[in-house]
Amino acid sequence: MKVVELSHGGGGAETQQLIQQLFYRHFANDVLLKSEDAAVLSLQGQTAFTTDSFTVSPLFFSGGNIGNLAIAGTLNDLSMMGAKPLYLSCAFIIEEGLPFDTLEKVVQSMADELQNSDAKIVCGDTKVVPRGAVDKLFINTSGIGEISTGQIVKPSAHNLQMGDAVIVSGDIGRHGAVVMAERESINLHGDFKSDCQVLWPAVKALLDAGLELHALRDATRGGLAALLNEWANSSEVCIEIEEEKIPVSESVRGLCELLGFEAYDFANEGTFAIALPCSQVEQALQVLSQFDFTQKAAVIGKVTDFQAGLVVLQTPWGSQRVLELPKGELLPRIC
Amino acid sequence: MSGLQLQDLYQGFREPQTIRVLAEKIRQASSSLKAPLHIMEVCGGHTHTIMKYGLNQILPDNIEFIHGPGCPVCIMPKERIDHAISLAQMENTILLTLGDMIRVPGSKSSLAKQRALGCDIRALNSPLDAIQIARENPDKQVVFFAIGFETTTPMTAAVIQKTIDSGLDNLYFHINHVLVPPAVEVILSDPACRIDALIGPSHVSVISGAKIYLPLAENYEMPVVVSGFEPVDVMQGILMIVEQVLEQRHEVEIQYTRAVSLEGNLKAQQLIDTYLQPRSHFRWRGLGDIAHSALQLKDEYRQLDAEVVFADRLSDEPIDDHKMCICGDILKGLAKPQDCKVFGRGCDPTRPLGSCMVSDEGACNAYYRYAEISLPPSTKQKRASA
Repeated sequence: MKVVELSHGGGGAETQQLIQQLFYRHFANDVLLKSEDAAVLSLQGQTAFTTDSFTVSPLFFSGGNIGNLAIAGTLNDLSMMGAKPLYLSCAFIIEEGLPFDTLEKVVQSMADELQNSDAKIVCGDTKVVPRGAVDKLFINTSGIGEISTGQIVKPSAHNLQMGDAVIVSGDIGRHGAVVMAERESINLHGDFKSDCQVLWPAVKALLDAGLELHALRDATRGGLAALLNEWANSSEVCIEIEEEKIPVSESVRGLCELLGFEAYDFANEGTFAIALPCSQVEQALQVLSQFDFTQKAAVIGKVTDFQAGLVVLQTPWGSQRVLELPKGELLPRIC
Repeated sequence: MSGLQLQDLYQGFREPQTIRVLAEKIRQASSSLKAPLHIMEVCGGHTHTIMKYGLNQILPDNIEFIHGPGCPVCIMPKERIDHAISLAQMENTILLTLGDMIRVPGSKSSLAKQRALGCDIRALNSPLDAIQIARENPDKQVVFFAIGFETTTPMTAAVIQKTIDSGLDNLYFHINHVLVPPAVEVILSDPACRIDALIGPSHVSVISGAKIYLPLAENYEMPVVVSGFEPVDVMQGILMIVEQVLEQRHEVEIQYTRAVSLEGNLKAQQLIDTYLQPRSHFRWRGLGDIAHSALQLKDEYRQLDAEVVFADRLSDEPIDDHKMCICGDILKGLAKPQDCKVFGRGCDPTRPLGSCMVSDEGACNAYYRYAEISLPPSTKQKRASA
């Protein structure tokens, strides 16, 4: 079995070989293939810039792998600002001994995932570290996106308005639940896949429809609970959520029931929330219905002046409670 | 389990209309109560249900919950947590335990901190995974720090049985299994006790039967209802208690007829009796020393008992909680979490000072996590009728 060796990160012939035969082959584009010390880009108007590092165990999980995540994660962060993803950097930190096939599969997935937008990887870096220094493979991607000059709407966590409706784009918690189940070797039947997904096509359609998107955010680590709390804090508003309207798949609900978790604490990698005027809800849902990955989009609540900074969950039987930020490590309950 | 879907197990038991009807029935019945009714939900799982689903908000004011001692993590005294830490620090050792035991602070550290410092500490989803881990690590000593009430004890007994049957010689047990009735008895016998009725946890009685409450119901003339954990279960359990009080009965009744019988699971009880025996005493965090309130390995299995094998590393010197912590009074139902001066200030789930803040099922943690919202009266009225 061919494996990645320390020499592949040494900067010499083996490094060149790795870059040429693997990265250039899958990520090829004019800027990258120039092989300069830095990519030279032409940008217009306002630019969004973001970075994220990806570590996940296991590297491959139902519905994706660390490669899809590294692309979708950064493209989604740009999309949530209403920015069209254009350019990415990509850095690999590889543990020596990683099978070459594994690396190639990851790189192939990254290339495939890039097809969901016009973005290109224009620069990169590779380090190989001794066994034990990292867990198999870490990836960092940074991204640049363009905010169209004609675009009036600038979604922001600080921009929620009183009376806004809150929409979630799909059923929540799948990525976190899948990774936890696979890490803990819990076998669940049925369609149980990470929601890992590039969201730009849906965001572009929402922007093109001229909707007043006051805020957009993908519910990554910390899940929907963290997202809503960040919004309530940043915009100093109350968000009231009707618990029964939050879409949750049976598999995720099942895992939560078994182990004592809440779906809104689990990470998502392809599910986002939208705050926009109530009057535009129908139109937004219609736009979202065009995409496979937003079929389950639903209105889950609204922005009110009830208690600023709080996220309040309403139960169907008339009680309410605060939805807190998730805290500490997620650990299964005992009994 | 062919044909049975997971959702069948809870759907219907969270049905809004059923919950509303039960709330109304309780409201009607409780209007005839002559005095406020103080119900202790023994188990932290019930505390969690009550707070998570806001059941306390839809019940009449003359029904008050007192949150009992039934959270196995919360009642673990610091010296026992220090045991776990000392065992984990041994060379060539893997320490196994369950769930949020990992987070609980002992006198100086926690298992989570020790894990960060390099100890091999693992949280199991199923105690039976201990067998596999011991098999895969024949050159290491593996210690299972077993915790829980009657509910989880049979699983530990099954692991002990498998260890013996398979001839594994590197798996040891540190037994912290505790028993519900002796602890409840201590609380009820306190002259300051205000408790009028008990909700017993269904999972304990699936194993031990509803019979374990018969002496309490008789000696303290107290209604006891063994109830499930879904909101409909808890609401129905409360209605059954109110009806008992109005009819001046004090019986042990089973709400959770789906799986609880008077006798319980005799096979599981037998399995426990084969390997475990009552301890002369066990110190409960907040409640103090209680005779025969916990289990230990029988003498003939001493070679598996981490407390015997590694005795020279373990101290039984009692270590009390922080002076400001009132977990003891909360466990006894003498105080509510918000009566504590450090609640939410010096003590929260990320930095728990006392045990009730540590576990999801601790009263303070549930109050913190699911804090009731203080509504202005007009809003509350409007919302209730909406």
